[in-house]
Amino acid sequence: MIFETVLITALCILMLAILANLYRIVKGPSSADRVQALDSIGINLIASTAVFSVLLHTHAFFDLILLIGILSFIGTVAFARFIERGVVIERKR
Amino acid sequence: MSGSGEVVGAVLILIGAIFSLISAIGIVRLPDVYTRSHAASKSSTLGVLCALVGTLLYFLISDGFFSIRLILGIFFVFLTAPVAAHVICRAAYRHQVPLAEQSVQDELKDYYMENEIFVVEDKVELVNDQAK
Repeated sequence: MIFETVLITALCILMLAILANLYRIVKGPSSADRVQALDSIGINLIASTAVFSVLLHTHAFFDLILLIGILSFIGTVAFARFIERGVVIERKR
Repeated sequence: MSGSGEVVGAVLILIGAIFSLISAIGIVRLPDVYTRSHAASKSSTLGVLCALVGTLLYFLISDGFFSIRLILGIFFVFLTAPVAAHVICRAAYRHQVPLAEQSVQDELKDYYMENEIFVVEDKVELVNDQAK
């Protein structure tokens, strides 16, 4: 019982962290701030998926952790290339 | 036997969640992109690593289940989070996002000015036109 209470408390704390990152996404003065906060939200989502898999006592979400990590990294790199060069995929000229 | 697994998992997960909250407070409070990247990359990575290690130890102690996928996830997060933070900071600096007013030194500026690496706005438009 105490174990589940601690896990739900951890989920609430992670939710507060995601809300703080959402504030930075809305307010952020430059687009790099927004991309940084989105990357941080992806990392928080990984942590909350791990907490959920402990709470539900299942192994099914471990693939999801890997998938969210890879997608978050690819999205961050693509956004950074877009900020830096204006295009994501450069064509050969 | 399952009680010790629950204790270890709960403590590590709670520590990870608190580190994530501290990093989010840093993201809200710090003045510019470059200082915010400290909060966004370091403490956030430590928080997610604590949560994932807690999950791994919980399943290892209570079930005897050792997940290779979770180890792979920990390794991947540990590998990619600093790379992502560096890429974002480099893009911000090349796009001339200003430093905070409290900053005292900008050593990279001289190098970038000499080699003209700064992205100028019309150059970006030129690249866009050629891409069309």
